[in-house]
Amino acid sequence: MQLIFEKSVPERKGFQVPKSDVSMKATIPGAYIRKIDCLWPEVSELDVVRHFTRLSNLNYSLDANFYPLGSCTMKYNPKFTEKAASIKGFANLHPVLPQLDGSLVQGGLEVLFEMDQLLSEITGMDNFTMQPLAGAHGELTGVMLMAAYHRAKGNKKKYIIIPDSAHGTNPASATIAGYDIVSVPTDKNGVLSLKDFEAKITDELAGVMLTSPNTLGIFNSNIDKIADAVHKVDGLMYYDGANLNALLGRARPGDLGFDIVHINLHKTFATPHGGGGPGAGPVGVKKSLSKFLPISRVIKKDDHTYALDYNYPESIGYVAPFYGNFSVILKAYAYILMLGKEGLREISDHAVLNANYIMARLKKYYDLPFDRTCMHECVFSASKQEKNGVHANDIAKFLIDKGFHPPTVYFPLIVKEAIMIEPTETESKQEMDPFIEAMIEAAQLSESHPDQFKDFPKNTPVSRPDEVKAAKDIICNHFLKK
Amino acid sequence: MLKVIGAKSIDDLFLDIKSRHQPKSFNIPSGLSEFEVLERVRGIASKNDARLVSFLGAGFYDHYVPEAVTALTSRAEFYTAYTPYQPESSQGILQALYEYQSMIATLTNMDVVNASLYDGGTALYEAMMMAIRINRRKKIVMDGGVSPIYRKIIRSYTSNLDIEFKETPIVHGRADREAIKNILDDKTSAIILQNPNFFGSIDDHTDIIKQAHKLGILVIESVYPISLGILKTPGEMDADIVTGEGQSLGLSLNFGGPYLGFMATKEKYIRKMPGRIVGQTEDKNGRRCFVNTLQAREQHIRREKATSNICTNVALCAIQAAIFMSLLGKQGLKDLAQLNLDKAEFARKTLEKIEGVEVKRSSPTFNEFTICLPKKAKDVVEKMVQKGFAAGFPLSRYYPEMENYLLVAVTEKRTKDEIVLFANNLEGALCS
Repeated sequence: MQLIFEKSVPERKGFQVPKSDVSMKATIPGAYIRKIDCLWPEVSELDVVRHFTRLSNLNYSLDANFYPLGSCTMKYNPKFTEKAASIKGFANLHPVLPQLDGSLVQGGLEVLFEMDQLLSEITGMDNFTMQPLAGAHGELTGVMLMAAYHRAKGNKKKYIIIPDSAHGTNPASATIAGYDIVSVPTDKNGVLSLKDFEAKITDELAGVMLTSPNTLGIFNSNIDKIADAVHKVDGLMYYDGANLNALLGRARPGDLGFDIVHINLHKTFATPHGGGGPGAGPVGVKKSLSKFLPISRVIKKDDHTYALDYNYPESIGYVAPFYGNFSVILKAYAYILMLGKEGLREISDHAVLNANYIMARLKKYYDLPFDRTCMHECVFSASKQEKNGVHANDIAKFLIDKGFHPPTVYFPLIVKEAIMIEPTETESKQEMDPFIEAMIEAAQLSESHPDQFKDFPKNTPVSRPDEVKAAKDIICNHFLKK
Repeated sequence: MLKVIGAKSIDDLFLDIKSRHQPKSFNIPSGLSEFEVLERVRGIASKNDARLVSFLGAGFYDHYVPEAVTALTSRAEFYTAYTPYQPESSQGILQALYEYQSMIATLTNMDVVNASLYDGGTALYEAMMMAIRINRRKKIVMDGGVSPIYRKIIRSYTSNLDIEFKETPIVHGRADREAIKNILDDKTSAIILQNPNFFGSIDDHTDIIKQAHKLGILVIESVYPISLGILKTPGEMDADIVTGEGQSLGLSLNFGGPYLGFMATKEKYIRKMPGRIVGQTEDKNGRRCFVNTLQAREQHIRREKATSNICTNVALCAIQAAIFMSLLGKQGLKDLAQLNLDKAEFARKTLEKIEGVEVKRSSPTFNEFTICLPKKAKDVVEKMVQKGFAAGFPLSRYYPEMENYLLVAVTEKRTKDEIVLFANNLEGALCS
C-alpha cells in the first residue's frame, strides 16, 4: 500500500486552520526561525480517512477474532468503557488545574482515590499509586520503592533474584534501578526450585521479582515459604501482576507475602492495548512502604472532599508528570464497577477453565513440557514438529492463514520452541474450537507435508518479511532513504 | 469442557492454591449494569469543572483536535490489537508507525525516531540514559529552562544511580551562556536544554551545541512540536537527541494522560536508542512491508542488558498524532503555529496595558509567556477561577521566589473576545 507521503499533492489541505480574529501578524527574528520545511503530507481529509481506514483493514484485531497471545491477556474490551473515558468532563481536564483550585477536579480525584481503594482490596495491599504509565514502568517504580526502603533502613543491598522464566522487563527494570540480577532456574515441576532459591539468599538480597502464576501458567504452592525466606534477610517480595487474571478472588498477592505489586490494567482490567499502548501499571504496597510512594497522592479529607497531597518527605518523587494514564485508569474503574465482586471472581474461573480445555485437547499433538493442571495459560513446545523441520514460528504463520492471531512463540525462553496460549475468560468454547482444530491441522501437516510450512502465510497482505534486511539496511524514516 | 479436562469442577483446577492462600477479604461492591456505571461516571465527571476558558499551558496545551482524528483512532482494528509481534497481521499499525516516525523526523529535522515513549518527561529521562550509554560519562548539566516537572521526574529515576547533576540558571529568560561554558567539561555526558523553555522564551542553541560537541558532550533538546511550525529545529541546531511531549499533536488533555513521548536522534546513535523502531523491508515476493526492527536492543531479547525496560509504549497515541499531522500537512502546521503566535502576541500586548502587569520578555516567546503581577499569582488565579478563567500557571508552585509570576498560554482556540474579557477580568481581580 502507498505511503501517505506518496499521496501528497502540492497545496492540498486536510484541515482548515481558523482565520485569525486578531489584527496582528507577529514575527520572530530570523535567527530563531526554521529554514528547512517540514514535509508533512499535503492531502485532503478524505485522503487521510481513506488512508488510515485502509491501514486499519490490514490489521488483525481482538474485535475481529480470537487473540490467544500468551501472557498478554487479550480479553474483550467492553465498549462502554470507551464511552466513559470520552466524557468531556474528563477528556478536557487540564492536569495542572488542581494547582489553581482543588475544587475544580473533584471528580478526577475521586476516580483516583476509589481506584486506590479497589485495587488495594483486590490485591491485598494497603496503598496504590496510579502514576506508572505501563507494566514495565510499574516494575521500575516498584524497584525504586524497594531501593528507597533499603536506603531508609541503611540496608546494604546489591541484587535482586529473578527466575529464568520471567518476562524480560523484570531484569531490565531492576538493572535500570541500579541492582545486579541473580537468575534462579525453574525446576522439573515448572516452578522456582526452593532449594536453588535458598542457596542464593544472602544479606545483600534486596528482593525477589516474581510473576504468579508464572509464565508457564503454574501457581507455586511454596510462594509463602519463599516470602518467609526473603523477609528473614529483610528482602522484599515484588509481584509482577502480568498474570493477575488467574488469581482474581482466589488469592491476593498481599496475603501471599508480597510487599509490592504492579497491575497491568490493559491486561486484567480490560483496557484496550492500542496496538502497543497506552497501558497503565499502578503499583500497590504494604503499609511499611507507603511513605515512599510517588507524589502526588490523593487523600480524602474529613469533609469528604479530595485533595492532592505532596507532603511525603521520604517519597521517591515523581515517576510521571501527573496522576498516571488517567483515561486508562477511568476505563478500568468502569470495568471493575460493572463486574463487581462476583464478576471479578468469575474471570479467574473461566480464564483457567478455558486454558485447561485447550491444554487437554492439544496435548496429544504437541509436547507439553510441564504436564500438570495449568492456570490461565498453557505452554506447549513444538519440539515434536521441529524434528520435521517445522518450528514454532512456522506454526504461528500457518495459524495466521487460518484467521487466528498466533499464540506467543519462543517465550518463556526456558521452553524450547515455546507456544504459549492464553485464551482469557471472554472466549467461548465455540470460539476456541476452530482454533484448536487449526492447531491440530498444523500438527498433522507437520507430519505429512512439513515442506509446505515455509510458504505460510499466503492469505495476508504481505508474506514473511525479510527481517535480516530490515536490520541491516535500516530504513525507518521515509525522508532518509538511501 | 470439564469432561474433556477430566476435572469434576472448576475448583479442581485451583488445587495448587492451598486453603492457606485464600484471600483474607475481598470486599468489592456488587456489579452494576452498563447503564448504571455510565450514569455514575457521568455524575463523577460533573464534579469537575472543565468549562473554564483556559490560558493554562506549562507544557500541556488546549489545542483543537479535528473530528477525523477521533473517528480514525476509534477504529477497533487499531485500538484492540496488541503490539505488532506478527508483522503479516499488523501491517496497518506498522505502516502507521513508520509514517509517524517519518513525520516526527521531518518536524525536528532529525534522522531517526522511535515508535514512542510514555510522555515527554520519561522521554527526557530515557534520552539522558541514552547519552550516558553513548559516551560513558556520568555528569549531566541541566539548563534552568527545562520544565521543573521533567526535572523532578529525572531526579526520581536517578536517585539510586551514580550520576552527578549540575543546573545552570537562566538570565533574561534564556540559557546562561557564561554559566554553561564554565560548567561543561570532558566529564560531562550531556547537557539538557528546552525550546521554548518552561517560561516561554525561545532561543537558538547552536552556539551552546557547538561548544558542547568540542568536548564530546551530547546535547539533548526537549521541544514543543507545534512551535516547530515556525521555530528553528533541533536538527538545524545540530542537537544529538530530541525529545518532547506530543500531546499537542491531536491528543486530549485527559487529566494527565495518556500522552505521547517522542524521541529522535542522529542515525549514528540508532542502536543506542530505547523503544521500538519500525523499519521498512520486503516480503519474499519483493513487496514493501514493515517490521519492528533492531529488536536486539530490547528487553524481551536482551533482558538486563537492554537499552531500556520499555515494552508497552503508546502506539495508539503515536498513530493518533500521525493522523493529526497528516490532516494538518505542511502548510497547516505553519498556519497553526502562526495563529498561536499571533494570538499570544495579541494577548501579551493586551495584558501589558493593565496597570501593574509587567510582561517578562527579554527574548521572544511563542504561545506562552510569563507575567509579573502586583499581587500573589496564586490569589489572583483563585479569583479568576470565580470569573470562569483558568488564568495560567502560578510559578510559585516550583519557584517559591516567583510568588507574583504567572505563566500564560494562548492557543488557537482562544478568541479575541475571550482574550479581551480575560484582560478585563484580570484588571478587575487586581483592583479588588
